[in-house]
Amino acid sequence: MALARKEAIQIWRDPRALLIILTMPILLMALLGYGVNLDQNHTPLCVFDREGNQQSQNLLKLFASNQYFETRQNLTSYEDLIDSLDAGRCTLGIVISNRFSKGLHEGRELGVQGVVDASNDNTANLITGYARQVIEGYSDSVQADYLRLHGITSGLEPVSFEVRTWFNDDLDSRNYVVPGVVAIVMAVIGTFLTSLTIARERERGTMEQLLAAPVSPLELICGKIVPFFVIGMIDALICIGLTIWWFGIPFRGDFALLLFATALFLMTVLLMGLLISTIAHNQFAASQFAVLLTFLPSYLLSGFVFPVDQMPRWLQIVSHTVPALYYVTALKGIFLKGVGLSVIGGQLAALTLCSLAFFFLTLYSFRRTLD
Amino acid sequence: MTEADYAVVAEALVKRFGEFAAVDRISFPVRRGEIFGFLGPNGSGKSTTIRILCGLLKPTSGRVVVAGHDVSEHAELVRQSIGYMSQKFSLYNDLTVRENLRFYGGMYGVSGAQLREAIAVTLEMAGLTDMESTPVATLSGGWKQHLALGSAMLHRPPIVFLDEPTSGVDPVARRQFWQVIQRMGAAGTTIFVTTHYMDEAEYCNRVVLINHGKLVALGTPAELKREKLGGELMELVCEPSWSAIEALKALPAVVDAFVFGNAIHLLVTDSTIARAEIQRLLQNAGVAMVRFEPIRPSMEDVFVQLTVRRNAAHAEGAAP
Repeated sequence: MALARKEAIQIWRDPRALLIILTMPILLMALLGYGVNLDQNHTPLCVFDREGNQQSQNLLKLFASNQYFETRQNLTSYEDLIDSLDAGRCTLGIVISNRFSKGLHEGRELGVQGVVDASNDNTANLITGYARQVIEGYSDSVQADYLRLHGITSGLEPVSFEVRTWFNDDLDSRNYVVPGVVAIVMAVIGTFLTSLTIARERERGTMEQLLAAPVSPLELICGKIVPFFVIGMIDALICIGLTIWWFGIPFRGDFALLLFATALFLMTVLLMGLLISTIAHNQFAASQFAVLLTFLPSYLLSGFVFPVDQMPRWLQIVSHTVPALYYVTALKGIFLKGVGLSVIGGQLAALTLCSLAFFFLTLYSFRRTLD
Repeated sequence: MTEADYAVVAEALVKRFGEFAAVDRISFPVRRGEIFGFLGPNGSGKSTTIRILCGLLKPTSGRVVVAGHDVSEHAELVRQSIGYMSQKFSLYNDLTVRENLRFYGGMYGVSGAQLREAIAVTLEMAGLTDMESTPVATLSGGWKQHLALGSAMLHRPPIVFLDEPTSGVDPVARRQFWQVIQRMGAAGTTIFVTTHYMDEAEYCNRVVLINHGKLVALGTPAELKREKLGGELMELVCEPSWSAIEALKALPAVVDAFVFGNAIHLLVTDSTIARAEIQRLLQNAGVAMVRFEPIRPSMEDVFVQLTVRRNAAHAEGAAP
């Protein structure tokens, strides 16, 4: 284990690297944990109330008190509304007609106009849905008032849809996103840690000396992996700690199982970094490869935010070669559902396969390093 | 002598990189305990050869036996019995002298009391005893080179391969380094060393000259200078100074002539005949011969003669 010892001394001697190793998980967790937010709260809203009486104001109050909306401007012309949307001062414009209360009174079917900035279609869909809920709520109360006014209190109740939200009671997207962030951060850090080591030895000419020693490639791989595995697990604990105590994500599973899955995933990404390092010609190329080959696939294809079952068939197949997919599934299962080995056993088996595959590729690549 | 009496045997070694033959059918034996010099200019195939001998590169064809083991079959056994110092003296700059030695010792399976003793001996031999806690980054080139040699020797291998150990080191440090090498050689270690400094051949028991991947000559430095030069090396000094090189070269007994300071160096087939021919030439020119005497040829003279003649033979289309 002379090699592992040497690596440890080298890491310890380089305070800059040490600082990066310890602050990178915190930085990335904060960036991705806060940056990726799928809820659409406080949508800026502009209203153009052409009538301005009690009924129309009641409707607008419902918007104002709703957490999804924030009324920014009360406008006085349709042109102002267009300007506001154009300039991005609001995402949704509500126009209430000047015959609103009259229509209500006469019991005619009424329309409230909404103009939505749909340049981001996903957001537009969400906003339209929220706005529809607000208006339907208003409509229901108007109907109930009308019926009560006319003395109809029959036991007739509309069918109601009662949903119990499981696993993520508050329907907070953060609970869904942050456990996945742990996987992405670990993928990036794990690969980064080892991707430079061989490339550095080669740049400095020490690789030749290592290969000339009577040490098998297996021993070289172990010597290179062990110190970084220890550091990687420390980083993993930082990430998991931040997830539970800083982001307040509910943890319902078995901590030992979580550590086991994390260790498996870490092994996979460390070996992947080592493989990159044996192929890349210098440290710069190695770091570029490491980020490109881990961050993008882990971000896009792991099911971290974008559901894999919504992807086209071929992309689904591709996503199954991304180790982060299995770890993300395992993480979400353990964190939110508290599932055990019987459920995520398949994921752990897949991770084991991935790390074995990277192990043999690295071994093969090591053998032919100088030729 | 059988194969077992040799530390290294290379037979018809070829290494191609695509079309380019970096090593082209080289064969040589290295005897146990000798200092064997592998001389050639930059890019002549020295590093490629030494890497093949150490099992770091696979030859395209040919066979190598090191310490009695075939390198392609028993690379592990070979690695155990050799020390290797690569061209860039591979040390870890962020580690101290002792940590470097400890690391290389560990890589060769030396540990415990044995390792401590080996480190003490190596520090002593390399003259680094006072510097064991110094970070390597702050050592001078000469000391780094001593440490690299010490690292390669720590596990006391019977054979050591040194790839251009003296390149880029100042002349004083070079001389000191060769003293260390000779001390090791005297202790029975076989030393295979490559260099592009032709004068360093004098420190070796036997040398090989290579050029463009081909073996040009093999023998002791004295043998090569006596036999491979293809004539006697003479120095000519005239009064007044005179240098009609082309006229001299045209003489039948003169193989080659070139200006050397205020004198002319000549390679001649027979010094007596050459003296008569030159004197006749000088008389016609009205110049007096001040001195015409044999000089000690350097390895560089030998190398230049061998390669120039070979290239000339190539140009005429004759196979060497």
